Order: sequence, then structure tokens, then C-alpha cells
Amino acid sequence: MSARPLLGVEGLTLAFGRHEAVHDLGFSLGAGETLALVGESGSGKSATALAIMRLIEREGGRLVAGRMALAGEPPLELSAMTDRAMRRVRGNRISMIFQEPMTALNPVMPLGRQVEEVLRLHQGLDGARARRAAEEAFERVRIPDAKRRLDQYAHQLSGGLRQRVMIAMALACRPDLLIADEPTTALDVTTQAEVLELIRTLQQELEMGVLFITHDMGVVAEIADRMVVLRHGRKVEEGPVRDVFARPRAAYTRMLMAAAPRLGAGAPAPLPEAGPASPRLGATATSIVLEVENLAVRYRVKTGILPFRKRLHHAVNGVSLVLRRGETLGLVGESGCGKSTVARAILRLIEPAEGRISLLGQEITGLSSALLRPWRRQMQIVFQDPYASLNPRLPVVDLVTEPALIHGVVTPAGQRALAAELLLRVGLEADSVDRFAHQFSGGQRQRLCIARALSVRPALIVADEPVSALDVSVARQVTALMAQLQREEGLAFLFISHDLAVVERVSHRIAVMYAGQIVETGPTAEVLARPRHPYTRRLLAAVPIPDPERSRHRRPAPPGPVPPQLLLPHPERPPRWPLSKVSADHFVAAS
Amino acid sequence: MAIHALEVLLRMALTFAVIVTLVFFATRLSGSPIDFIVGEGLTSEDREILIRYYALDRSWWEQYRAFLMGFVDGQFGMSFVERRPVSAIVADRLWPSLQLLLPAIGLTLAVALPLGILAAVYRTSWIGSAIMSVAFLGYAVPNFVLAVFMILVLAYTLDWLPVVGNGTALHFIMPTITLAAGLIAALTRFTRNAMLDVLGQDYMRTARAKGLAEHEVILGHGLRNASITILSVVGLQIAGLAAAGSVVVESIFAWPGIGDLLVRSAMRRDYPVLQFGVLTVALAVLVVNALVDLAYAWADPRLRQAEAA
Repeated sequence: MSARPLLGVEGLTLAFGRHEAVHDLGFSLGAGETLALVGESGSGKSATALAIMRLIEREGGRLVAGRMALAGEPPLELSAMTDRAMRRVRGNRISMIFQEPMTALNPVMPLGRQVEEVLRLHQGLDGARARRAAEEAFERVRIPDAKRRLDQYAHQLSGGLRQRVMIAMALACRPDLLIADEPTTALDVTTQAEVLELIRTLQQELEMGVLFITHDMGVVAEIADRMVVLRHGRKVEEGPVRDVFARPRAAYTRMLMAAAPRLGAGAPAPLPEAGPASPRLGATATSIVLEVENLAVRYRVKTGILPFRKRLHHAVNGVSLVLRRGETLGLVGESGCGKSTVARAILRLIEPAEGRISLLGQEITGLSSALLRPWRRQMQIVFQDPYASLNPRLPVVDLVTEPALIHGVVTPAGQRALAAELLLRVGLEADSVDRFAHQFSGGQRQRLCIARALSVRPALIVADEPVSALDVSVARQVTALMAQLQREEGLAFLFISHDLAVVERVSHRIAVMYAGQIVETGPTAEVLARPRHPYTRRLLAAVPIPDPERSRHRRPAPPGPVPPQLLLPHPERPPRWPLSKVSADHFVAAS
Repeated sequence: MAIHALEVLLRMALTFAVIVTLVFFATRLSGSPIDFIVGEGLTSEDREILIRYYALDRSWWEQYRAFLMGFVDGQFGMSFVERRPVSAIVADRLWPSLQLLLPAIGLTLAVALPLGILAAVYRTSWIGSAIMSVAFLGYAVPNFVLAVFMILVLAYTLDWLPVVGNGTALHFIMPTITLAAGLIAALTRFTRNAMLDVLGQDYMRTARAKGLAEHEVILGHGLRNASITILSVVGLQIAGLAAAGSVVVESIFAWPGIGDLLVRSAMRRDYPVLQFGVLTVALAVLVVNALVDLAYAWADPRLRQAEAA
């Protein structure tokens, strides 16, 4: 792939205030080539993208030094251009797509108009001609029913379709260079696979260069020709993807590769059916902590003025599961499948419409909130976003011991000692008890959340996407901590995630959720090696493989089952698929 | 959209019925209705007429019916003082009030929106600070103080503007400014905050990445989104103004509007007029709220779900 050069970056140095975000960065990108810019948060990869667009000044940054030459007619030196001249380049010769298509699209402007805007700006199209061109742009990115979508708004589309609209907008004027900043990070794996495939196809069609920014080694292997690895704003490695994957030279690259979740890397062995799992845990080691039977959660959906036309959204439709002491059950599924609703219903943060939930042998479904309170001690939750789930105004000592104080596990006098002990157990410094949440990094905050959950010595911790917001290397440390705590205390984890590779790493058993039901469940290795349900197979096929040799000759993901209608008028119920036994502990739904 | 509009209208009608009933009971709960409704200083003959008209010697149910009948015959009762149908008295006052309210709203929008947007865009420079200082001043100065100050300077000392009544166009200047000042201050602050929220959004970056000029980004994408939150405040402020805000201003400038009428009838214990005046104001608030509801749905496609589903 030694095409004519399209973009040449030299000596690029960027700063936000006094902080230098990128230092002396240089790379080049050929026409028709895909270059991946890889790094963890804070590596300066997004700042680089914004600098090429010359939008970094708008975001509070500064172009300190460097040259960015864009080849073409006419050749341009981007670093020396005025904002006025840059406006004719943006959206025309260089386009950009962003991570979160929901927030990147204007929520109150029809989608078609947002695309027409680019065409009007750069190609002088107006009225019916602009609309026709917008429709073509929608069709080019394979948006079904393009004409109707022109008049719709962002909230009416699924995440995958929204990202397609973003891509349509970016490619409307056939740019020479597309900058894609984590374009699939916010999407489900199956959608991610489709969007990656789309970008690849369109790149060949339009012969454009793609600068692909990502933290995900799997995605790099899937899409890029060459890669540049960034760390703290400095380039640590550069080369063709195959070479770097086969022979990573920098220690940091090797660390990133080792930390990247890799499907098929092995799962914890299932716990024995009976008897102690380890001598320390005693005879009750495999006793049942949580048992859920036919759990259903329904939401009322308001539809217009007529009160008798009650419609229900069946978010969870008959979920049963069992979790034993010292065990981790991984609950996987795509966004909207109901996995977080299951978690909240188990904790009785929302009331289930039907079903039984038993905690340590006691049914808690019917308990009043007063009677439930002592049982709340036994089940704690860790949320996805450690930035939003810690009160910014409380010092750590209060943050991590609050549940213990509520349940009378600790007296106010003993809070500091307990906090220090908890911090040590989650691998933080005991003397940071007086600090506040904002003084910790993302990974450290998630450790604080785990410490808070541990403070009441619960039997069960529900972890809802606990590492999805973290960098891969940090995520690995956090899951390792969870496994260690499990070995030491026999904790049961309900581990909810959309990331199959992470779930494989931590779970003894997994349950695959689809459209509000569990469609397949069993020992992790067994389900992943011999998936029976078409949805499980589809999910597995969509996971990016961090190995360029294998990912290039992959088959496209098989089509999934037709999803059942979950929004139904009142007495109607969606069908429930009975589970049938495949082998000892492996069950699959008939659909 | 049509269903939503119907829903809004229905809710409005229901609220109004509740208010009418509440007004009826409130004016009757505080003592003997005969003493309360029929004030002092009337001849016994007039007393009889009014007692019969309002069925004050009957049961509360029949009184309520008589009260409601006043709405049906379109007169809404008879003023004790002027001996004219209440509806005629209020109708005389409606237009002058609107004449004051509409220019004040126009002035507010024309001044506050640009200032608020400028204050948000130039939040770090002196322009933003200057605008916000002036807005804060406007917030802190009560409107009667401003009115008296203007009268002293513009009318008394310089003798440029007339003070009393609504005779000529010049008469409008001071009352309009007085009425708009507080609104401008509030709306400028609010517009700035709403714009600040919007300026940091991802779609603004997308708009810039398309190559749009900064003014197109801010007005076409920013203001359009901020308008949803701004609308709610504009609606509340106008409703507040229609309800009570104009009372002070109309009294100071002897403006023959509803506010002035309310104050006078309260002082003269002309309860039928007061009652209907209060109901008119309530209706005005309801109408403004309903309009805001509808404007909301127009401005925010996410609220038009009923149409999509």
C-alpha cells in the first residue's frame, strides 16, 4: 500500500493551556489507505484529529508547532490556513465522524436537512436538487427506506442507523480524507461489524484516505493498513498492522496487545456442582446465593390521549437464573436487550411485574421496603460510569463506608479504620481517605465503587458494565481485582456486559440475553466453543479479532433471528421461548 | 400534532373550570355571601336587585348555578359601581393592556436574545461580563423604581415624554421600557445559560466539521436547540406579566388597562369586576401556557412522539 501521499504530518505539537497533549508527532497517510491512530485515553489521538480539522482552537487547545500538508487540488498547508479558508476544506476535502452519533447529530433538525446543509455549502445545491443528493447520500451508506428517513430525527433511529447518517453526511461531498474518531465504540458488536464493513467498502468506492482513531486492537486488526501507537502524546510505534501485530517493538504496544480482551483466551472453569470449591470456603461454598425465576419487567408506554389504549413495553420477559457462592455469571447482550433492567429488578430498584427472586434462600420479591432493607446489605451494585456514580462532594471516607453506616455494620467512630482497610483491599493507598472522587483516575474510581460495595460484606455484587468506560489495561486490572476478591471472600458476581471477550475472562458461566429473554446459557467455554442459538452465533461472529491474519478472511456475520415485537397492547404478551437442555449445564432456547 | 393540540386544549379547559369553581368558593367561604358580595354604601333597593341576580338567598348549589349562568349570558354579572355588565367594562380595558404587553414582549425578544447569545459566545471577554453586569442591574432594580427614575429624568427634568395615559405614541415609551426591563434582564441571563449548555454539545462540533461559518453554527444549530429551553422561560415570564406584572406599571402611568382595573375594583370593593378580572387574568395565563406547550412540540421533535408512534 504505497499510494501517493495524501496527508503528511510533521512535528505536530499541541497544547491545552500549559498541558502538552501531543509532542512532535509525525506520520503520513496515503490516498486510499487506512491509518489507525491507537492509544488509551489521554494519548492525544482525538486532539490530533481536531488539529487536522483545525477545530482544536475551538475546543480550547492550541497548535504550538508542526506542519500538516494535504495533497490534492490545490495542495494545502493546513497549519497555515485561515479559519475562512479552512471552512472550504471541512466537510468537503476532509470530513470527520464522531464516537457518539446520538449527540453528534442535531436533535431538532431533520436528518435530511443536516445532509443538505453540507451539499448547499460545498456544492451549491439547493431545494429539490439538494434533497435528491441527500437521498443518494443516504442510499450510498445503505440506509433502508432512505426517502422516508430524510424527514426523520436522530432519536427515531437506532444507533447503527444514526452512525450511517453521520457517515452519509461526512461523505456527501466525496472527501479525500475521512477522520473517524472512535466511530464504533458506542455501538453494539454486530452493529460495529456492519459499520466497519461499510467504511471499508466506501473507502474503496471513493478511494479516500481514512484516519481511524481507536483504542480497540480488534478494530485496528479489522480495518487498518498501517498503525501509529500513541502514548501521552508521543509516538511509540509505527508500521504496517501485520508487522506491528506480529512483532511489536515498543513495550507499550506489547502491553496494549496483552491487555486487549481476546475472545477464546480462556474462561474460569465452572465450579463443581457440589462440595467445597476451595477448602477455605467450607461446606457451603457452592450454596445458592441468588435464584431468579420467570422474572418479567414491563413498562407502560403512554400513547396519546386515550387512557384505555394501554400499551406495555416488555423489557424483561421471563428470565430465570441461578448464581452460587464464589461464582460469576456473565450476562451478555446488546443494548436494549434488558440486561440492565434484570440487574435493577434483582436489586428491587425497580419492581418486577412477575417472577420470584430469592436471595440466600429467602424470597425477597414480596417484601415491603422496611423488611427488604436488611437484605439490601447482601446485594450491592457497581455501575458503569465511575464518574457519575460517586458523589463529588463526599470525601472517600464517607463515600466508601456509607452503606456500612446505613446498615449499622460500622459506627461513625470506626468509619476511618474501615475505609482505610477497604482501600487497601481494592489496591488503593490507605491514606487517601480524605481525598475526593475527582482526585482519582477512572480505574481508581471504579476501585472506590467496588470498595463501597464491599463495605457491607455482601453475598452478591451486581456489576453493570463495570469496565466498559475504562481503558483496556485498566479494565484488566479491575477484573483481576474482582476475581481476587471472589477467591478471598466467596463473592458471587452478576457481571453484565456487552463485551463478550471481557465476559469470557471473568465468568464461570454465561447467559446470553436477547429481546428480554435468555436464549442460551451454560459454562462459558462450552457456550463460546459450541454456540447453539443463532443469536449467540451472530454475536460471536461480530466480535473483532485482534489478529490481522485471521480477521481479513472472516465470513460476514450470519443474519440474526427476527426480533419479536416487545411493545404490545395491554393483554397481549410476547412469546416465551422454552429452554431445552443441550448438555449437562448448557441450555438453549427454541426460537 | 393534532392529538397533542387537542390534549393541550382539553387540559386548559379543565384547569379553567377548576379555577372558576375555586374563585366561586373562595369569595363565598370568607363569611356571609350577602355582606361579602354586596358591599356597603348601597341603597336597600340595589341590594335587593343584586341579591336576586346572584341568588344570594338560595342554596350554594343555586348560587353556583347563577354564577355560572353569568358566564353563559355573556355579561358575567353587573358592576356594583358602574352599573354596566362586567364584560363591557373588562373589554374596554383589554386592548390597552395588550397594547402595552405586546410591544414589551417584542422589545424583550429583540434585546434579550441577541444580548444573551453574545454574552454566551463572548463569555470570557469583557463583552460577556458587561452584558451580564447590566442584566444583573436590571434584575436588581424593581420596576417601580425604574419607572419613577424615568419619570423624574425624562418627563420632569427634560420634559421630553408625557406621563399619564395612552394618548399618543410617545406615551408608550416609558411604560413599555418599565415593563420590559425586568423581562429583558431575566431572559438575557436565561438565554446565555441555555446557549452555554448548547455551545458545548457534540453537534456543534459536527456543524463546524461540516465547514459552516461560526454564525451559522451558533444561530442555525445552537439557537435552534437553545430555543426549547428559552421558550419555557419566555412563556412563564409572559404569563407572569399578564397575571400581575402590569398592575404596578399601569397604576404608575395611569394606563387604562386590566391591572389598573383590578386595583381600582379591589379598592372600591366592586367584587363582580374583581372576580371577572381575576378570571380573565387566569384565562390569559392558561392561554399563554397552552401556546407554550404547542410551541414546545413544534420546537422539539422528541415531544412529537404521539405522531410517530
